[in-house]
Amino acid sequence: MSDITKQTLSELVNNIKKKKLSSSEVTKAFVDRSEKSKELNTYITEDFSNALDKAKKFDANPNLDLKLPGIPMAVKDLFCTANLRTTAGSKILNNFEPTYESTVTQNIWNEGAILIGKLNCDEFAMGSSNETSFFGNVQNPIDKNLVPGGSSGGSSSAVAAQLTPITIGTDTGGSIRQPASFTGTVGLKPTYGSCSRYGIVAFASSLDQAGPMAQNVKDCALLQEVISSYDQKDSTSIDFKRNQYSKELTKNIKGKKIGIPKEYRVDGMPKEVDDLWQKGIEYAKDCGAEIIDISLPHTNYALPTYYIVAPAEASSNLARYDGVKYGFRADGENLIDMYEKTRSEGFGAEVQRRIMIGTYVLSSGYYDAYYLKAQKVRKLIKNDFDEAYKKVDAILTPSTPSSAFKIGEKTNDPVSMYLNDIFTVPVNLAGLPGISIPAGHDSKGYPLGLQIIGKVFDEQNILNIAYAMEEKINFKNKISDWWIK
Amino acid sequence: MSIDLKTIKHISKLSRISVDEKKAEKLASDLNSIFDFIEKLNELKTENLEPLTSVAETTLKLRPDEVKSKNLREQIIKNSPKDNEDYFVVPKVIE
Repeated sequence: MSDITKQTLSELVNNIKKKKLSSSEVTKAFVDRSEKSKELNTYITEDFSNALDKAKKFDANPNLDLKLPGIPMAVKDLFCTANLRTTAGSKILNNFEPTYESTVTQNIWNEGAILIGKLNCDEFAMGSSNETSFFGNVQNPIDKNLVPGGSSGGSSSAVAAQLTPITIGTDTGGSIRQPASFTGTVGLKPTYGSCSRYGIVAFASSLDQAGPMAQNVKDCALLQEVISSYDQKDSTSIDFKRNQYSKELTKNIKGKKIGIPKEYRVDGMPKEVDDLWQKGIEYAKDCGAEIIDISLPHTNYALPTYYIVAPAEASSNLARYDGVKYGFRADGENLIDMYEKTRSEGFGAEVQRRIMIGTYVLSSGYYDAYYLKAQKVRKLIKNDFDEAYKKVDAILTPSTPSSAFKIGEKTNDPVSMYLNDIFTVPVNLAGLPGISIPAGHDSKGYPLGLQIIGKVFDEQNILNIAYAMEEKINFKNKISDWWIK
Repeated sequence: MSIDLKTIKHISKLSRISVDEKKAEKLASDLNSIFDFIEKLNELKTENLEPLTSVAETTLKLRPDEVKSKNLREQIIKNSPKDNEDYFVVPKVIE
């Protein structure tokens, strides 16, 4: 069967279940296309020959009752995979082989999927363009020398370029939704506590969540159903009744109340983004939703809050990288000198910058002025959403303030890079679910996304709204395979 | 506010990241622009507010304290940058 890689996840699952395709055929197709796509630099570690062996084994004794039977899948290199190098995009973990598997990836393999490789990302997931990775830039398949977003840039690029039928990323401040928006794909950040953080290289533990990145909403719902689980190994995992997201998916959103927050109309936002948002509102109305104007008054304080909370938690989480038990080590004259040189040579510039910010805001004399203050403002931001949700069922906003930018365009100005996450960060601070769906193109032909934010544990509702709007929007990604020679 | 080179040296010591003069200057300039942006929070009065420490509204669950993983010593030692097969090796600490 030709064009296997053009099929959606749901089509592939169906074809394997009906024995029209074997896992080996599907796996080989994605491996072949990945081999031809090295210029995109999406993979940090390939596991192609193992994947083909596993596919053969699956075909010899196929369990077709599984949700992802023999489906090949590449995952972000922030998820620990037992006995396969896991780097988090950093030199300091360049040769690290975990002895255990993350819960989220284990859930995926338990449903029959097969690992084909580990995908590039910003170092320790700190970045919005995949330019901080020790393993180099990732190309956006939309256009040459365009960033794929970040930090899950290898993941967004791989899904858009059809090197994997679907993937997973992680989202601390927008790292699933922003790259999805930049590549014309769908990305869901679940409610904090929905997917286990066990075995995910930690960045900012009160914000980190894993989530699916897909070509369409239905595939996204299916993977969310697989990865979301209560896990004793994560103390913030929450034991709630999870939906069968793909089975319960419906386009009937008649009467749903959707809020439009006026504070998201920010200064300097391109007219194209505003126009797209207006179009999104019309689509939602066409689907039968009721549109209600709302206010989230502390929106402007979300980014400054995030840039205290996230670096503070990161500086603490990254204290473990000391060159002793695993990872990179630089030689030093004594123990302290070894630590300092290891961390100076092992971490990249952005990671060092954030560790320094975090260390500063937690240091004696500054804790109350910065960290405690930020936690209090975080409460105000959450209260804004709580108030809004008394009136509405979901909130519709743009995913990003602009489309994808060129590689190198923003690397010298950290603050302008941080502004990319202005619409996504509040969602993490409040622990809510949010989904980005592709909704149109700008004048350059680059994709733009819309974000639907839900109530806590209301993934089903935002998936339904996304599913209904997806049909009306009828988005087609413009990808020319320019990188394939 | 302004973060000077002395403060950068102090933070670099606390975070165990060695910093030379050139890097310190770059960091000072980056951190100052980031903190200018963060200072926006001072517009808000927060005296009587409770800090939000977790968005996960859950109480910690107890579980039996059992060993679940098998003996992984060899695999764990294999990841170390320097070892003598039984121990992790670091530069001499006691003279």
